Formats: sequence, structure tokens, C-alpha cells
Amino acid sequence: MEALVASKEIVVVCGPGGVGKTTVAAALASMSACHQGGKVLVVTVDPARRLSQALGLGRVHSGGANRVPPEAFAAAGVTPRGELWAEMLDTKSSWDALVSRHAPDGATARRILDNSLYKNISERFVQSHDYIAVERLFELHSEGNYDLIVVDTPPTRNAVDFLLAPERMAEFFSSRLLKLLTVPYRSRLADTAARPFYYVADRVLGTKFLEDITEFFILFQTLSEGFVQRAKEVERLLADRRTTFVVVSSLETVPVREAEAFLRLLPTRGLHAGGLVLNRVLPSYMLDAALATRAEELSARAGALASELCSAGGPLAGYDPSLVERVLEELGSNFDNVTVVAKRETAQRSELSGLQAVVADVPELGEDVHDLGGVLDVGRYVWS
Amino acid sequence: MVAVPELLDRKLLFVTGKGGVGKTTISAGLALLCASRGKRTLVCEMDAKGDLASSFEVAPTSFEEREVAPNLWAMSMDPEASLRQYLALQLRLPRAAGLGPVTRMFDFVASAAPGVREIVSVGKLCWEVRERHYDMVVVDAVASGHVIGQLSAPQAINSLVQVGLVRQQTGWMLDILSDPSTCGAVMVATPEEMPVTETIELIGSLERETTVALAGVIVNRVLPELFGTREEQVFEALSAPGATGHLSAALGGEATPLLDAARWMVKTRRSRADHLGRLREALGDRGGALLVYVPYLFLRSYGLRATRQVASALSAELES
Repeated sequence: MEALVASKEIVVVCGPGGVGKTTVAAALASMSACHQGGKVLVVTVDPARRLSQALGLGRVHSGGANRVPPEAFAAAGVTPRGELWAEMLDTKSSWDALVSRHAPDGATARRILDNSLYKNISERFVQSHDYIAVERLFELHSEGNYDLIVVDTPPTRNAVDFLLAPERMAEFFSSRLLKLLTVPYRSRLADTAARPFYYVADRVLGTKFLEDITEFFILFQTLSEGFVQRAKEVERLLADRRTTFVVVSSLETVPVREAEAFLRLLPTRGLHAGGLVLNRVLPSYMLDAALATRAEELSARAGALASELCSAGGPLAGYDPSLVERVLEELGSNFDNVTVVAKRETAQRSELSGLQAVVADVPELGEDVHDLGGVLDVGRYVWS
Repeated sequence: MVAVPELLDRKLLFVTGKGGVGKTTISAGLALLCASRGKRTLVCEMDAKGDLASSFEVAPTSFEEREVAPNLWAMSMDPEASLRQYLALQLRLPRAAGLGPVTRMFDFVASAAPGVREIVSVGKLCWEVRERHYDMVVVDAVASGHVIGQLSAPQAINSLVQVGLVRQQTGWMLDILSDPSTCGAVMVATPEEMPVTETIELIGSLERETTVALAGVIVNRVLPELFGTREEQVFEALSAPGATGHLSAALGGEATPLLDAARWMVKTRRSRADHLGRLREALGDRGGALLVYVPYLFLRSYGLRATRQVASALSAELES
């Protein structure tokens, strides 16, 4: 993973929800800042603002990057060769900036920004997070202020949505339906082929709403050229050889299925799958068959072993043998339990590892990451 | 303190939570439990990932509900099909005529006008409740980031659309969604930092932005407590070199990893207990009535067997 990151300018960290993408993104960025130097930025789009917590930054100001203070590294006992910056993406203000940039004039921009549909789109339209994330990435990369940008992708319903966002945005503007909706109201009546469409639309949504939609799309269409152009550039950047995708997954069934789909999709879209990080896996000794046998034996012989241990002169002399027996049984059955999970994880792993050569394991550490030291601990597993 | 109506006495439950906490397994377990108690139950997967079908080990679900167990029907949401059904019922539009362009129009308008897609999805489920087709409708809803938009869709539509069919539908839907004895949201969380933080935030948004009441908070994958205080002392004593050495000799090999695995479990459980504490604190007085715990399942795979175990864990919890 270290070599991979060293040769790239953009690392997109993606994968199913709830597997620790944000932590892995922060870990990759902080390891690179520490050991490879340069200016490293980690961008997160997550509305839950997890990155700030993981980096112990408090709340990162939205709409700009914050430098992770050198003291945070000092507290973790390291002296970084480079700088680590973090940015929290604000979907709403990024959309506003995008509209202002592509609008033909200030008045049109104003009218779009004030439109009630637009407000709803920029705040609620689910895929707008996806699109704005790649769009912001493009902007940051072209500004050229950072040697490496690590992007934590937004929690999509489906990890793949993130990849398809630019394409969908371009499709949106070129669709026939946009044309149908932006036809002036009067000439609609003349178009017999489209009449059922307008009839149903009217009945369902009401004329007034339809007019609002029409007005909005007519305004929005003025942005079309700039948007389509931009969406293409964004797509090109994602497919560029300087960009790589790191897929993060846990070894639970559902995330694995999603990560697998993602790993299969990346190459078909000409995107570079650089690595796979398996997060929160059980420690490997839990798979040891000899240990499992010993655990069974421990449970089976718990009574006898307890009386030996508690006998006069034994290491647990003075303890209640029945209590010790219970603890020994618990030790055995606990190991038995974790073995079941570790085996389940192994089966899941073999499904994924065939798809990706570079695999890093981060064990379930049994405690949470809440400061830079914790982020770097995860980083050391990802790095090697 | 307002009494919380019993979880299973409601008619419509939206089960949500952060991605990856086991929403679908819990929804399937809740639905199976209701069905086994004799309620005619519908369970609906909102985001059509297909995980609901694997929870029952049946063929992929579709918009047309299908009986997957006695008393239990399963479906997956398709907003477009839902709109068609709506139009056929409300506008009495013949299914074939003129609906071709509607589909594409719908997709398009729904992308632009938030609330439209949501309202036909939520509308379908409310309709099943209104028509009393089922005693209980369990919704495997979308994850935390998106669920508020879904549940607040009637209000969003009210503010955007002045007339039209969609607008006419918001009134009766709001009546159902806002009645705490009928409808409620169930939050699923795992006892970990981010899921708990998100759950607390989500409860806040639910109460601020929607009219749907909080019906329960289900904590999933709770690790077992291995030792009480006295057992813990024995465990520490066993960890001393003399005792561990004795065990290793008796078992014919290193026993330390067996102790390590227990220590790992204790430590992981303990760090999670802190998060549970945070959740309990955030719920305040209501916690006792709302919180439900489902143990971590040490199973080889997730399927019907896991769903059954979740159902019986929920059953035991909801009775206590």
C-alpha cells in the first residue's frame, strides 16, 4: 500500500457503509504525511462529520481545509515529514459555487439559487452528494496545492453510485425529458406525441408545480454546457493513472457482497483498483485449529482441571473450584465462538482476495480510534 | 413522561440506522416475530439490495408481495411501480394507456423534485395500513442519511406543490405517519462509536423534522459478558504464569491464546459498553421503554437461521 500511495496523486477510498472508510482514509493520509512527506489532504463528505472526531480536530470548518496541528503528531509520538490537512465538504455551498461558476450571468445565478426546487436539490437530492464529491475533488486537484489528496466517499445507498455520478449528471442534461419539460407551455398542446405525458404530469403534480419545474429547468439548462464539460473532465480525472481506488470492507456478509461488486466494476470502467483494506478482522490466531482443539478439551475437562488448579499447593489454591470450572468452560466456549466467526471471515476473504492483489488487514483492535495516535495505529496495518 | 406504546402494537414500523448495523436482519426478525404471533405481516425492503430475500432464503423479492413464511409477506419497493398502482387506483387510468412516458417522466421529475419518489414509496406502505390489508407493516427503510427525507416527504411536498394528485395524498398519509399508536420509527445501532453517534443525531432529526414518533432503539450485535466480578478475579489469577503454564501442560500446548481471546472479548465488550452508556444517557427517561438488545450471533452464516434467532431474541426482550 505504501508503494501504491507514493506513486499516486489521488486516492479514492470507497466501499460499503459502516466499515470504517473514514478511518482508513485518515490513516492513509496521515501515514503518507508522516513518511512520504509533502502536503497531504484528506477530504470527507460525510454529513456525520466523523473525520473530525477520528482526527481529534473537533469540528472542522466547512468550506476549507484545516491543517492538523503538529502537536497532534507530537502527542502521538511522531515527527511528520510533511503536512496533513483535512477538509469537510459542504454539499450546499459547493453546489452554490458550481452554479455561480457555470451560470451565464449573475442574475441567472441568483434566480437559480433562489428557486425553491434548487434549494431542495442541493440539500436533499441524494446523489448530489456523490456528484459534488467528485466535482470538489477535481477542483482541488486542478488547484494543485497538494501532493496527495485522499477522498473519503459519501455514504451512498450503493457504493457504485459514487462512480456513476458524473455520467448521470451528463445524461441528465442531455435527456429528452429535460427537453419535454423545458418546452414553453403553449407549444406543448401542439405536440400530440407528448400530450399524454403532459396530461398525466398535470394530474399528478398540478399545473403550478409543473410550471415551477419548467422554470427551474429552463434556468438550469443555461448551466448545461459547463456542467457536461465539467462532468467529462471529472470522469477523465477518475480514470487517470494518477488516481487509484482503495476499496474498504469488513468481512461481514453484506459489505463483502458490495465490495465484491465494486472490485468487479472498477476495471470495467477503466478505473484503477489499487488495493483492498479489510477492516476489523479478527486476529489470525483465532483460526488456529490446534487451539480450537485445546479449547474443546478445556471445556470438556474443566471440572478436573479446576480441582487440580485449586488443590493445596496448586497455582489457584484457595479459589472456589466450581467458580474456576465455570471460568475455564467460558474460556473454551468463547474460543469456540470466535473460531466460528473467524472461519466465516476466512470464507468471505477468499471471495474478495481473488479480485485484488494488494490486500491489507486491519485487526479489530477492541477499542475506538479517537486521536491521531489511533489513526496512525490503523495506518501501520494498512501501510504494510 | 409519556407512555411509549408497545412496539409491536403499532401497525407501521420504519426500521432504520447507519449502514452496516444489520437493519435488514432486524427488520426480518421483527417481521417474523409478528407473523409468528399471528399477525398478518408485510415486510418491505426499501432500497432493493436483495438482502431481505437472503434473510428468508427465498428468491429475490419484487413489488408484488409474496408469502415467504406463514402469515408473512415480503416485497421490495419500486417507486415507479408504486406510482403506476397509484395512478390506476386514483386516476382510474387504464394501466396500458399513456403510461409509457409517465415512467420516464417520473424518474426525471423525481430526481429533481425531492419528495415525489419518497411520497409514492411511503404512500404505498401507508395505503396498505389504511386499507387494513395487514396487521403489521415492517419497513426495512433506507439508512440514516436518507431516511429523514423519506419520512418528511409529505411536509416537503406540501411546501413545494400547491395542487395536484400528489398534494392531495399528503393529508391522510400525515394522519397515519403522525399517529404514535399506529406508526413509529425503530433505530438500529451497534454498540460502537459511530453507529451510536449517528443514532443520537438521527433521533434528533427525526423529532425535529418529521412527525413520526420514535418507537424503539434496537442495539444489535451485543457481545456476551464472559465474567462477573468474581469470575474476573479467577481469570486474572489464571493469567499468572504458573496457572497458565499448568493449563498449557495439561492441554499439551500453549494455552495463552485461549486467555488472549477472552481478554480480547472482554476489552471489546467494555469499549462498546461506554457507547451504550452514551446512548442510554441520550434517551434519558425514555431509555427503559425504548431500548432493546439483540446479542451478537456466533453463526456460520446469515440466513433464515439467523433471522429466527433474532426473532426469538426480540421476543424475549420485548416480553421482559
